[in-house]
Amino acid sequence: MDIKFLTDIGFLIGSIGFVWGLKLLSSPDSARRGNAIASIGMAVAIISILFAPLDKGDNNYLWVIGGLAVGAVVGYIMAIRVKMTAMPQMVSIFNGLGGACAVLIGMVELRHFYSGTTAMTGGQIAISLSALFIGGIAFTGSILAWFKLEEWIRDNALVLPKHSIFNMVLLAVILALGIYVYIQDVDAGIGLAAIFMLLSLVYGVSFVVPIGGADMPVVISLLNSFSGLSAASAGLIYGNNFMLVGGILVGASGTILTVLMCNAMNRSLLNVLIGGFGGGGTSTAKKGTGDLVVKEVSLNDAAIQLYYSGSVVIVPGYGLAVAQAQKVCKEIDDLLESNGVDVKYAIHPVAGRMPGHMNVLLAEADVPYPKLLDLEDANDALKNTDIAVIVGANDVVNPSALDDPGSPIYGMPVLRVWDAKNVIVLKRSMRSGYAGIENPLFFHERTRMLFGDAKDTLSKLVSEIKNL
Amino acid sequence: MDGFIQFFEEYQLLIYLLVFTIILGFEVISKVPTVLHTPLMSGANAISGVVVIGGILLVRQAESGDYFSLGLGLFGIIMGMINATGGFAVTDRMLEMFKKKKKK
Repeated sequence: MDIKFLTDIGFLIGSIGFVWGLKLLSSPDSARRGNAIASIGMAVAIISILFAPLDKGDNNYLWVIGGLAVGAVVGYIMAIRVKMTAMPQMVSIFNGLGGACAVLIGMVELRHFYSGTTAMTGGQIAISLSALFIGGIAFTGSILAWFKLEEWIRDNALVLPKHSIFNMVLLAVILALGIYVYIQDVDAGIGLAAIFMLLSLVYGVSFVVPIGGADMPVVISLLNSFSGLSAASAGLIYGNNFMLVGGILVGASGTILTVLMCNAMNRSLLNVLIGGFGGGGTSTAKKGTGDLVVKEVSLNDAAIQLYYSGSVVIVPGYGLAVAQAQKVCKEIDDLLESNGVDVKYAIHPVAGRMPGHMNVLLAEADVPYPKLLDLEDANDALKNTDIAVIVGANDVVNPSALDDPGSPIYGMPVLRVWDAKNVIVLKRSMRSGYAGIENPLFFHERTRMLFGDAKDTLSKLVSEIKNL
Repeated sequence: MDGFIQFFEEYQLLIYLLVFTIILGFEVISKVPTVLHTPLMSGANAISGVVVIGGILLVRQAESGDYFSLGLGLFGIIMGMINATGGFAVTDRMLEMFKKKKKK
């Protein structure tokens, strides 16, 4: 049998591996197997491309194998060392690398074309340019997202006045230049293509600059989708169906997650991209919180209430992860379970810095996944819950989202914790959340506040419960 | 219009592949539950490491004296491979933690 046939079969197997693997990801029981199958698909494809017969070139196997080995070792070490709280940063870095790789491929192929070594059809020029553009955004955008997540750059540090207008102008310039390069065909020259690439890289930064804080899950999902589409473009340059399939699947997954994240915040993608929460309508103070009193609860009372209740729902927010309090949380869970209390976790889609982040953090603390409820299930469960405990969450449990049309988060789906018989809020101080919005929940008749650092308070609760 | 028709006729199979992959992707991925969204994203992320295939093609197709292509291609392979290996490894690490407790 000839080698081309075998390697083509290899690519087919690789594609099937991806689709099958993603399908198995739809259940926690089979997900690990799915990931393994997808990685085998990738391995088969890499082996196939190593042996695929080519009609030109010197193979340069030393370079290829060297690159593969370095990449595999570095990637593996990064994956082993990363902390679960730092997953969003890790995913951002990987998105950026994928995008950068597509940019390099686009640039090298265009250089071959302009220097006359290879021919390209009009379609291929357009595809190469789109690889430069999408890959460029994925690259620099992800790097900036990474810096923001690490808090090396403050959220609003680089915002220009009239930033969204600057972005639109830049985008128009890039598109116009792209069309010009495309029409000029071989006469355009590598210089113009390089300028096109540089502008795309600048646009990547400029496009992520105004987005920050609670919007990070949206950006990461969107950049994930871009890194997939840039891979698909690179696949089209080479007419490689396998790269096309892989890239499109990633593009689809990133797009779905982007839409889900936007829905979870009841905002349009455009609104997120322009940045800033709410903007105009901030009539939150209309209820006048002056005469409302916050009621506190003592540690001892809270411990007794929890220990002798029938069911508890814990609502973790990113504050829990910042305080590294997942393990202590699980300790309380175990203590309560030992007294027959039914403990569940209510997880809002945007709790954390990327889609599903909070689930991973709790899974790391050994919380079994059937205890993790998503928004709808949690709201059903809360109606029959004795105590809702809110740890480091704020905007996602704000009743204004349902009943105050003047509130910037009005319409956002929230966890209706006030349906529970009692609410205990663990909070550092009365400061408002990310969105800077007053939360009437804290003044609710069934709410009791427990002030202090999340981890500290939870640890004290553990010892109080043990003393009962 | 003629150009468009010609393009469509010429690349018909590719267009079919594109359209059906998009549909398949949305269909398969929309079934993934919220609990698994982070592993889904990092797994998908690893899959976007397919660009490494392009990097390998680029380097293999280059002449052995073309250090521009070789150098950039090498970078491309390294970055694509970090993306793929790291992505799959970290996803595996995460999914290992998602287990049911047999208690109760």
